[in-house]
This record gives sequence, C-alpha cells and structure tokens, in this order.
Amino acid sequence: MTASAVVLGPRPSGRWARRLSAVIIVAGVVAVLLPLAWMLSTSLKPESQVFRSPIEWIPSTFRVENYSEAVTLIPFWRYALNSLIVTVPVVIGTVLTSTAVAYAFARMRAPGLRPLFFLVIAAIMLPAEVTLVPSFLLFKELGWVGTYSPLIVPAWLGGGAFNIFLLRQYFLTIPREQDELARVEGHSFLSILLRVIIPQSWPAISVVAALTFVDVWNDFLGPLIYLTDQKLYTLPLGLNFYKDIYNTQWAHFMAASLLALLPCIVIFFLAQRAFTQGVVLTGRR
Amino acid sequence: MAAISLTGVSKTFTDGTVAIAGLTLEIGDGELLAVLGPSGCGKSTVLRIVAGLEVPTEGQVAIGDQVVTEVAPGARDLAIVFQDYALYPHLTVFDNMAFPLKAKRMKRRAIDQRVREVAALLGIEALLHRRPRALSGGERQRVAMGRAIVRSPSAFLMDEPLSNLDAKLRVQLRSEIRTLHRELGATFLYVTHDQTEALTIGDRVAVMRRGRLQQVDDPQQVYDFPANLFVAGFIGTPPMNLLLAPVEQEKGHQVARVGNWRFPLPEGVQASEIVVGIRPEHLGVPGFLHGYESSSAQEVTVLETETLGSVSLLHFPIEVRPVLLRDDASSSSFVVGDSPTVVIAAADAQARIAAGSRVAIAADVSRARFFDAQTGAAVGQRRPVSTTPCVKAL
Ligand SMILES: Nc1ncnc2c1ncn2[C@@H]1O[C@H](COP(=O)(O)OP(=O)(O)O)[C@@H](O)[C@H]1O
Ligand SMILES: [Mg+2]
Repeated sequence: MTASAVVLGPRPSGRWARRLSAVIIVAGVVAVLLPLAWMLSTSLKPESQVFRSPIEWIPSTFRVENYSEAVTLIPFWRYALNSLIVTVPVVIGTVLTSTAVAYAFARMRAPGLRPLFFLVIAAIMLPAEVTLVPSFLLFKELGWVGTYSPLIVPAWLGGGAFNIFLLRQYFLTIPREQDELARVEGHSFLSILLRVIIPQSWPAISVVAALTFVDVWNDFLGPLIYLTDQKLYTLPLGLNFYKDIYNTQWAHFMAASLLALLPCIVIFFLAQRAFTQGVVLTGRR
Repeated sequence: MAAISLTGVSKTFTDGTVAIAGLTLEIGDGELLAVLGPSGCGKSTVLRIVAGLEVPTEGQVAIGDQVVTEVAPGARDLAIVFQDYALYPHLTVFDNMAFPLKAKRMKRRAIDQRVREVAALLGIEALLHRRPRALSGGERQRVAMGRAIVRSPSAFLMDEPLSNLDAKLRVQLRSEIRTLHRELGATFLYVTHDQTEALTIGDRVAVMRRGRLQQVDDPQQVYDFPANLFVAGFIGTPPMNLLLAPVEQEKGHQVARVGNWRFPLPEGVQASEIVVGIRPEHLGVPGFLHGYESSSAQEVTVLETETLGSVSLLHFPIEVRPVLLRDDASSSSFVVGDSPTVVIAAADAQARIAAGSRVAIAADVSRARFFDAQTGAAVGQRRPVSTTPCVKAL
C-alpha cells in the first residue's frame, strides 16, 4: 500500500517538498525492509547466535539447512496446501462477486440503489471485530465451525465493501457511451460486462485480487476462530508450532516465515506488472 | 429501411429537468433529418429516446410501422455515432468494427468479410490493426461510422459526430456523410448545434429550443421563412435584424415603418406594432444592391465595419427598439430592448465604406419577414419554395 500510494500520489512541486518526500520515502522503505532483513539474517544463523549482541546482520556462519529442517519440523507443506485451499476460492469469489456488484452500482439505474450503495460504503467503516461475534454465532448455527466454509463462503457474497467501492469507482471512469453503443448493437448487460468493462479494468481487478490474496494468505484470526482440527490449519496458524513445541526455534521460525511470505512477494510483483500493463492498454492516465 | 416517428413525446428527468416537451416529428424513410438547436435544448435526448436509451415520460416512438416505445435498444435495428465515438480502447479498429456483428452471432468468416468491405468503403483498410488511441480525430470518426455501417441498420443516429474535429475536416466529412447517406439510402437522424452543418447536410432541418420543436422544413425554407423569432434570430451569421416597428396606413395599405424604410405588410394585420425581420444581405448601399425591390434609402452613420472579403458588415444605429433573443430559462424567447437598434448590413465590399462615414442604406423590402410582437410567431403567408429556378440555365 505504501509503495502504490507513493507512485500514484500527486507530484510535490517545490524543491523542498521533493527533498522532504524523498526523505520520507527512504524512511518508509527502511522501516519496511529492516524487519525483513532481520528475518533473512536470522533464518540463516545457527540457533545459538540468534540473540547475539550487537546484532550480526551478516551471520558469521551460514546455516542454509535451517530451511530444509523448517519444512520438516512441522507439516509445512500440508499447511501451505491448506492455505491455498482457502485462499484461491476466496480470491476467485471476491473478484467475481465484487466485480458483479460494482458493475451494478456503476451502471444500473434503479430506485433505492443509491441508498444501498451508501450502506455498502458505511460497511467499510465498520471494524471487523464488531461483526466477529454475530458471525461466529451464525456459522455455529449453520454447523460450519471446524470447516473452511466460514472462511470461504462470505467471499462469494459480494466480495467486501472496499473492493466493491474500488471497482465501482474504476468502472465509472469508463464512458457510459461505450456501454450504450454496445446496447444499441444488441449486446446484453452481461456481454457488456465481459467484453467492454472487464477488459478495461484489469488494473483495478488485479489490485483487488492481489490485496485479497495477501490478506487471506496471512489471515491469522479467521482460521484461529473457526478451525479446530490441526490437520486443517493454514500457514499462519501452523507457524506457531515452532514456538509451542520446540521452545521457539527462532531460526527455523524465520526460515519458514520467509517461505510463507514468498507467494505474497510473487503476487505483488505480478500485480504490479498487470497494473502498469493495464494503464498502457487503456491509454488512461 | 424505415421511417421514424415521434408522437407527443415528452421527457422529464427524475431531477425535474424537462428535456423534451410534446415533440411530434416524422423522419421519412431514407431521409436525412438534421436536428438543430443551442446546447441543452434536448437534441441528444431526442436521439437517445429514438435509440431506446431513454424511455419517454409521455408519447410514442415508432420505427417503420412498429411502435417501439418499450422495445430494448438492441432490438430496434439502429446504429449510433456519438460525438466522442465511444470506440473501445482495448480493441483494434477491426475488433471495434466487428463488435456489433458479434452480438448477431455471425460466423467469423462472414464478420471478417463484412468488416473489410466496410473498411474499403471508408478507405480505412490500412488502419484495421491499430488501436483507437493511435488514430487521428478524423480516422476515429471514420471508424465510428464504419462500426455503425457494418450492421446495415435501418436507421443511423448521429449525435454531433463532427464536433470534435477541426473546421477543415468537418467540411470534408460533412460531404462524405451526405454521399454515404445517398449510397446507403438509410434513414439518418443527425443532431448538431452547428447551423451550417444542419443546413448543408439535412434534407430537412428541425429547429429546437428548450425541449420544444420550433420548425421543421427544408433548409432553404428555414432560412427564408423562419417560423418564429427564435428561428429567425438563431439561423444565419450574422443573424436577421429584428426591429419593433409601428404599423401605419399608407395609400390604403398597411406598412411597418422603420425610419425611411417602409415595409408593406401582408393582409389582415391587426396590431399597432410588428416585428420586422430583415437579413443583413437584404440591406445595402443603393447601386450595389442588385435587382432588388429596394425601398427608399435612409442616411445612417456607420459605427463599425467588419470585412469578410466579398462583403463588408456595416453596423449602424436606427431609431427603433430592437427585439433581442433571450438565452435564459424564461418561456418567452425574446424581449424588446431600448432604442436605438444597432442594425447590421452586409454591403458589397467594393463600396468601400469606412467607419464613421454617413451612407444611404436601402432595404429590399420584399425580403423582409414579419413576426407578431406578442407571440413571436411569423405573420403572413409563407410562400412555398419555388421549384423552378429564378435564374434560367443558359
Ligand atoms: N440524465 C439526465 N438527468 C437530468 N437531466 C438531464 C439528463 N440528461 C440531460 N439532461 C438535461 O436535459 C436537457 C437536454 O439535454 P440534451 O438532450 O443533452 O441537450 P443537447 O443535446 O441539445 O445539448 C439539458 O438541460 C440537460 O441538462
Ligand atoms: Mg447533446
């Protein structure tokens, strides 16, 4: 988010403003990268050297085996697979349903649609903690506790207020005449979404997909509340076993965490490419 | 091919804006009707109602002998060209033109053949692989036309299709559209705020103001016999001079007197005042005003001159009250101003008249038009347009 905000924001005009913004960017980058650097460095150290003071940024002895050991000390791949089983359907559901809902809000004219949209916007302000207990009770009533359903199904029911808002705003930048032309030519509402709106909205759609992926992949609270069987645990839950059983194996913990982080880094990289490509494609800036 | 007819059509938007009020209009089969009016008068709304993109609040729309008021846009067999063209930036020119055919579920090969055929007609074969943003304004316009033509619709709706182009290209494409209309033989509804465009392109011109139809006639008739003060003041650059004149008796006839100029009135005028409309080209310096029924001249002081090459526009005051057109929300289209009126005459440039000089100006009184000072409606018989040319071919 920080990176994209910097790229998208208006250019500061004055020389001092530019210098100041450079300082802020550098500070931001350092703040983000420092913990990551510590993780990387720790993951390559023997356990005994982890807390040496002063911090050894470059380990005196490299221990690459930490990685191969980390994935066998706990059922790492099982947890990774579980994470995928949850994340992929959530991303698909979120993209599909938030696109559909956003399209309706951007293009349909119906009485009551406007108040409904403001209701959706209001939901963005709602902290997740507020809905935690009622939704838990609901899923318990449905007998879904202990399964993946509470984590996956909601994503197929609208895809989240923020995503709807983001996509709607993007769809609104596409001239309405483009739809109208297609309507006069005999294309259906769905055909217009598929052939006119979506092909021009890859930047926004990939942002939604990427943010959702990272969110769900790293989600700790959801799986913690709803998953009871250890065999179903996702990575964020599973990684805790380095702490509990082995008295916190920092080096292994950091190695596994970095491995778990890898898909997010790849996703961000891909999303960024799609993002710039999308902008070039539509010729809008 | 089909005629389009609107009967008693009104459109009030949900915010209360009355875009069209009681519009009845017939577009003949194969006719090119130009809808002309100032910005915001409801031209686009008329077009959108015909297309089915807006549903009229009242009234009925028919295409051919089928009432389509409730029919979906896609089932009306029409094509639209928008001012901004609305080409899809993510598709090539070829795919943009093929887009309407995809809705018809045509075979790939048939689509390919049809798109190339139309591209050849418009001379844009070389552009087929390009994206719209790599095209010039004129090329985009042609692609938008091509996209409309591929479907061979029964009618074309064009909303200011040339307004985004520079003047030279506009003139060129104007005649291309005319040629295209002749070749396709389809019905065209052509919306524009540009009177030159409307007059040159239309078989007939419909003039609108504030959602109401003012006049529908062939272009020459609209120019020669404006139905009311609004049309008189809107059509023509510079516009018709509109003067409020007293009605007087002279040798048993009624005349409207403007200084020395005496305009004989049609039979049956009751009012004591009448609005005289006289176009600048029907005022001039005696001796340079050829073959007209000119009245006696009157001496005026020229305030200002504008040279247009062949003619020179002379601005001079005359002691009568002017009739001014209003552009605001009022229901009346005109208001009477204070004397004097600054009249414009288009004098032969060869007369070489300088600002500040005093000259005699004559009026071709037979070409004057008269309007009711209360309602603004044209007074007197409107002559049918003569089909025989005034000047015989040699
Ligand atoms: N969707 C709409 N909602 C409310 N008012 C509208 C809408 N579309 C057009 N109008 C109003 O209706 C009037 C006619 O608009 P339009 O047909 O676009 O005029 P024109 O094409 O002659 O410039 C204008 O006053 C315009 O502001
Ligand atoms: Mg318009």
